[in-house]
Amino acid sequence: MNGRDVWVERQQAGTVMPMLHLDAQLLLGLLLLCGIGCAILYSASGASDTLLTRQLIRLGIAFVVMLAIAQVPSDVLRRWSLPLYLLGVVLLALVLVLGDVGKGAQRWLDLGVVRFQPSEIMKLATPMMVARYIHEHRMPPTLRDVAVVAVIVLLPAALIIQQPDLGTALLVATAGAFALFMAGLSWRVILALLAAIAACVPLLWMNMHEYQRQRVLTFLNPEADPLGAGYHIIQSQIAIGSGGLFGQGWLQGSQAHLRFLPERSTDFIFAVFAEEFGLLGLLVLLALYLFVIFRGLRIALLAQNVYERLLAAALSLTFFVYVSVNAGMVSGLLPVVGVPLPLISYGGTSMVTLMAGFGMLMSIQTHKKMLL
Amino acid sequence: MGIRDHLDDPLAVRRLFFFRLLWAGAVVLLVFGGLTWRLVHLQVVQHDHFDTLSEDNRIRLRPIPPRRGLIYDRNGALLAENLPSYRLDLIPEEIDDLPATLAALGRLIALDEQDIARFEKARRQHRQFDPVPLRYQLTPEELARFAVEQAHLPGVEIAATLTRWYPYGPAAAHVIGYVGAIDTDDLKRLDKRDYAGTRHIGKAGVERWYEDLLHGAPGHEQQEVNVQGRALRTLAETPQTPGQDLYLSLDIDLQLAAAQALGERRGAVVAIEPGTGEVLALVSNPAYDNNLFIDGIDSKTYRALNADPGRPLFNRALFGQYPPGSTVKPFLGLADVDIGRPLGNSGVYCNGGFKLPSATRIYRDWKRTGHGRTDLTKAIEQSCDVYFYQLSLSLGVDRIHDYLTRFGFGHKTGIDLPGERAGLVPSKAWKRATRNESWYIGETLITSIGQGFNLATPLQLADATATLAARGVAAAPRVARAAISPLDGQYTALAPALEPPVTLREPRGWDIVHGAMHDVLFAPRGTARASAAGAAYQYAGKTGTAQVFGLGQDEEYDAETIAENLRDHALFIAFAPLESPTIALAVVVEHGGSGSGTAAPIARQVLDAYLDRPALGPEQPMQVSAR
Repeated sequence: MNGRDVWVERQQAGTVMPMLHLDAQLLLGLLLLCGIGCAILYSASGASDTLLTRQLIRLGIAFVVMLAIAQVPSDVLRRWSLPLYLLGVVLLALVLVLGDVGKGAQRWLDLGVVRFQPSEIMKLATPMMVARYIHEHRMPPTLRDVAVVAVIVLLPAALIIQQPDLGTALLVATAGAFALFMAGLSWRVILALLAAIAACVPLLWMNMHEYQRQRVLTFLNPEADPLGAGYHIIQSQIAIGSGGLFGQGWLQGSQAHLRFLPERSTDFIFAVFAEEFGLLGLLVLLALYLFVIFRGLRIALLAQNVYERLLAAALSLTFFVYVSVNAGMVSGLLPVVGVPLPLISYGGTSMVTLMAGFGMLMSIQTHKKMLL
Repeated sequence: MGIRDHLDDPLAVRRLFFFRLLWAGAVVLLVFGGLTWRLVHLQVVQHDHFDTLSEDNRIRLRPIPPRRGLIYDRNGALLAENLPSYRLDLIPEEIDDLPATLAALGRLIALDEQDIARFEKARRQHRQFDPVPLRYQLTPEELARFAVEQAHLPGVEIAATLTRWYPYGPAAAHVIGYVGAIDTDDLKRLDKRDYAGTRHIGKAGVERWYEDLLHGAPGHEQQEVNVQGRALRTLAETPQTPGQDLYLSLDIDLQLAAAQALGERRGAVVAIEPGTGEVLALVSNPAYDNNLFIDGIDSKTYRALNADPGRPLFNRALFGQYPPGSTVKPFLGLADVDIGRPLGNSGVYCNGGFKLPSATRIYRDWKRTGHGRTDLTKAIEQSCDVYFYQLSLSLGVDRIHDYLTRFGFGHKTGIDLPGERAGLVPSKAWKRATRNESWYIGETLITSIGQGFNLATPLQLADATATLAARGVAAAPRVARAAISPLDGQYTALAPALEPPVTLREPRGWDIVHGAMHDVLFAPRGTARASAAGAAYQYAGKTGTAQVFGLGQDEEYDAETIAENLRDHALFIAFAPLESPTIALAVVVEHGGSGSGTAAPIARQVLDAYLDRPALGPEQPMQVSAR
C-alpha cells in the first residue's frame, strides 16, 4: 500500500509527466537502459561514431512513437485492435508473396519510403486482439473462447513461420498466450496445452529447417564444431567468463575489441557488456530490466479494465521474454535464436515496436477514468 | 451483454488477475534467478578457465632469436662474427599493384627469377599482413637507392638481421666449420622451442661441436593479436640470452703461416701445444670458403666443390688417414729402450736389406747401400729401416700395437671437432677379427716402419708428437679454451682433457729419443738437416715417407690423378724448442715425395712463425680476456 501512496505523491508532485501522459518511473528505467545500451554499443562497434549516431536516431524515432502512442487513450487502442490485426495479417501474406529476401528469409516489405517487417506489427497487434476479444466476451475465457483465441494467435504465427522466422513466430505466439494466461485460462487447459506442445516437439523437429536443427544441436554440444556452428557460443561464453566479477573495463574487452566475438553489436552485445562490466555490471543491468518489467506488471495491476490489464501484462511479459531469451542464448542456456537484447542491441524495427508497446503501457497508466 | 456480466463481478475478475500476476512475477523472478546463477557460474566459478581461453585468444608469443656467440682465436682475433645484413620484405596487404612494385624494385636492386620464385612461394605461406622476404643481403648501394625511393613504395620494408661472417674464410674453415639453414635432420635432434625464430645452426667444425654454447636462448615477445592473427601491440618482452663467446686455442697467425707454408700442396698441418693438447693450428689444404654456406650455397658452386679433385670439403687433418711411415720410429725407439734394448749398445749392421731366416724375400732399407753399424740414435737420425726390422722381431706386433696405442694411434683422439677418424694400428687379434687370417711375421716388419696396415690421421700424428714432446704428459687435443658470457663476462674455462700419462720403465728413453730426433735436424747426416739450417732455436723432428700402395689407402681418388697418386706421401713430425717444448706438429703432404724434401721445410716455416714472435706468448692474451 505504501508504494501506492508514493505513486500518488509523484503524480501530484510532477506536472509535466501527467501532461505528456508519461509514466516517470517507467521512462526513467527505459532511459537508463538506453543510455547503457549506447555506451556498450559504442564499445562493441569499436568506438564507431556512425553506428552510435544511427542508433541514437532510431532511439529518437522510437521515443517519439512512444510519446505519440501514450497520448492515445486505451479505448481508442481497443477499437484499433481489430483493424491493426487484420492489416498485419494481410501484410504478412503480402510478404510471403512479394517480400524482399534478406539473409535467406523473406521478412521485409518495401513500402517505397520505408522497409519494415510486418511481423513486428503482430508483436503488438496479436496481444491487443486477444485482449480485446477477452474484454468483449468474458474473463475467465470458456473453452470456446480459448479456441477462438488460439486461431487469433496461431494464424500470424503460422504466417511468420513460413518466412521462415521461428524466433519472431514464437514471440508473437507467446505474447498472445500471455494475454490468454492472464485472462485466467484454467490450469487444466494450460497443462493440456503444455502436454500437447511436448507431444509436438518431434513433429516440430521434423519440420525444422536444417539451420534451425543445427542451432539446437550446437546448443547441446558447442565443442563439437568450435570453429563452425559452435564458434558463436564458445566465444560468447569466453567473453562472459573472462569478465569476472568487475569486468575488464569499458572499451577494454579483448574478446570484443579483437573481434573474436561475432555479432557483437547486435545479438551478442550482452556478452560485450558482461566482458567489460563483469558480474556486478550485469546485476545492475538485470535489476534495471526487472524494474521495467515489474513497473509494467504494476501498471497492469492498477489498470481499469480487462483490455488494459491483459494488454499491459502481455506487453510486460513479452519484454521479459526478450531479455531472458537473449541473455539465456548468449550465456549458453538456450540455443542460438535471433532475438536481440531489447533497448541495447543495435537494430531498427524492433526498437520502434518495443517503444510503441511502452507507449501503450504509459497510456494505460495515465488515462485513468475517475470512478467515484 | 457479456460485458455487463463481467462488470457485475469486477472483484472476482480482479482477484483472478491479481493471482495470475503473482504467478507471472514469480516466474520472472525465477528466470532472472536462473540467469544470475548461470552468470555467477561463468564469471566467478569458471572465471579462471575462461580468462585463460581469452588470453589464449589474444596473446601470441613471438620468439626473438638469440645472438650467436662470437668466436675468437687465442689472441683475441675475431674468427666468426655477426654482421648486420639487410633484407627486403614485402607486405602484400599494403601493396595495391604487386607486379608494378616488383618492376619498380627491379630497377633499384638486383632481382633474379630465383628471388621472385622464392618470394611467390613464401607469399602463399604467409598471411596478407605478414612481411614476406624478397631479397637477402642487400648491398649498401642497393640500400641507398631503395632509401631514396622508399616513400613511393608502400608495403616494402628493410629488415635488419644478423648474419654470420667468417673474416678469414678458407684459412680457418676446416676448424670453424660453418652455420647453415636448419634442415629436417637438425629438427629431429634439437629442441624446437630453443630454435624458434633461429634460422641457422652449426653444421660443421667448431660451429657444430659447440652449438649449445654458441646458440644461446631465445627471448619472447608477447603480442596481442586480433581474430585474424594480426599483431596489434607488444605486451611484454623476455629478452634473448645471447650465446657464449668462444675463445679458441687456435693462433690465427700460425694458422695463416701454416696454410701459406703448404701453399698449393694438398695436405695437412696440425700444431698442438704439448702438455695441454691445445690445438694451435689445424690446416687442411685445399680449403673452401665457409662464408658460401651460410645463406645456402647454390647448387652449381656446391657441385663444383664436390667435383674438385683436390676435395676442398675434405678435412684431411681429421678425416685423412695416411700410412705414418718412418714417423712411427721415435715411438718404437721408446719401446726399444723400455724393453731393455734387446739389440744391445752396438745395435745392428745395416747392409741395405733384411732377410727373414725362413724366407727368401728381402726387405729393403730406403738406402740401398746400407747404414753400416747402426744403434737406436743413428737409426732414428738416419731413419734406418733394418734396425727397426730387427727390433720388431724382438717386440712382436702386439707390443708394437701396445706402444703405438698408448700414444693415441689407432683410436680417436677425442678432439672437440666432429668427424675425426680413428686410423689403424694392426695386431694379431685385429687381423683375426677383421680378416680371419693369421698374422705373418713379414707384416710385423713393415708395421715397424709405419707401412702395411698402419694408418694415422695428421691430428693423431701431432697428438702423439705432443705427448712425446711432453715426455708422456697426454691430453686430448682441444680447439676451444674458454667460453665467456657476453652478458656478464662470466668466464668458463673449457679445461684440457688430460689423459693418463704415458710412463716408461726407463725414463732415459725420452732423452735418447729426443736427442735422436734433434740429430735428425742438426747432426751432419740427419735426414732433415737441410731444413734446419739457420734455425734460431733447437728442435726435434722425424721424417716420414709413406709408400702409396693399395692397402688401406685413401681409395677415393679418381682416375685423372692416378699418376700423381703413385707418388709417396711426405710426412714430418716435430716439436720445439727441444728443451721445454711449446709446440708439436705434424705435416702431411699428399704425394709430396719425401718427408725430408717436402714436409720438413714446411714444418720449419711453421715453427719459425710460432717461435720467432716473442711478443706474443701463448698465455698472454687469455690473461687479458680472463682478467
